[in-house]
Amino acid sequence: MVQYNQTRFDASFAALSDATRRGVLEQLGRADASITDLAEKFHMTLTGMKKHVGVLEQAGLVTTEKVGRVRTCKLGLRRLEEEAAWIERYRQLWDARFGELDTVVEELKRKEKVDGRKKSN
Amino acid sequence: MDARRVTESTPMKSRTTVERKSERELVVTRTFNAPARIVFEAWTKPDLLKRWWAPKSFGISFISCEADVRAGGTYRFVFGHPASEQPMEFFGRYIEVTPHSRLVWTNDEGGEGGAVTTVTFEERGTETLVVMHDLYPSKEALDGAIGSGSTSGFSESFEQLDELLLTPDASVGRS
Repeated sequence: MVQYNQTRFDASFAALSDATRRGVLEQLGRADASITDLAEKFHMTLTGMKKHVGVLEQAGLVTTEKVGRVRTCKLGLRRLEEEAAWIERYRQLWDARFGELDTVVEELKRKEKVDGRKKSN
Repeated sequence: MDARRVTESTPMKSRTTVERKSERELVVTRTFNAPARIVFEAWTKPDLLKRWWAPKSFGISFISCEADVRAGGTYRFVFGHPASEQPMEFFGRYIEVTPHSRLVWTNDEGGEGGAVTTVTFEERGTETLVVMHDLYPSKEALDGAIGSGSTSGFSESFEQLDELLLTPDASVGRS
């Protein structure tokens, strides 16, 4: 397990140590893109960009899919995992808030009951 | 999906749901055991808001809580957190305040990428269903909010990696 994580960490580390590859990830965070689009955007040859995307793919940061003659790149599963983790944390924050809101609501209900009784007396 | 399973093991059944409804929308729902007028009151009176918006279990505390809850009125919440030296500020403007049923406000602290929040209070028998809907101006804005979150977003990971790369004797923890 430790060994596996280490290998994966090394792969991510290598993948992210390059400014172009980080730029590619940011770009894919905004929208999926073909290798040709990415090569143009980063003023690079198609072969050069293929190499970068290959490194990101190996690290699990990007997935690619070939449809016809175009290879489309998108963020890999790990980005999706991150989104799920963020949403879960956000849910926990609201769940904690609502837990305290329950207390406030119960208190208001009790108060309304007492006030109601006073009025009818 | 796995993460959800883990946190549902809390003793009290978890009734708060969060869903990314579309590229631009996030929806939170929860049911309260009280009539809508009471739940609405707790969302619209600053001294009541203050008691639940900064949950103790999250280590957040209010530094100040101002809210002028009427259409056109503004709010400003300032929180402190032990892990952050800078206080966190949230502010915006109420667009709609319809008693016991609907609240709409802007979230302006993030500039133009801020969401518009709509909260509806729907009475169902003795309970009230609260639906909170965050609509972001674009997919990028919501992705950005997720990415920059205090959880390990990409930007944060990049920063940590950059730091590592800049440290001459960076040990990658091979032990």
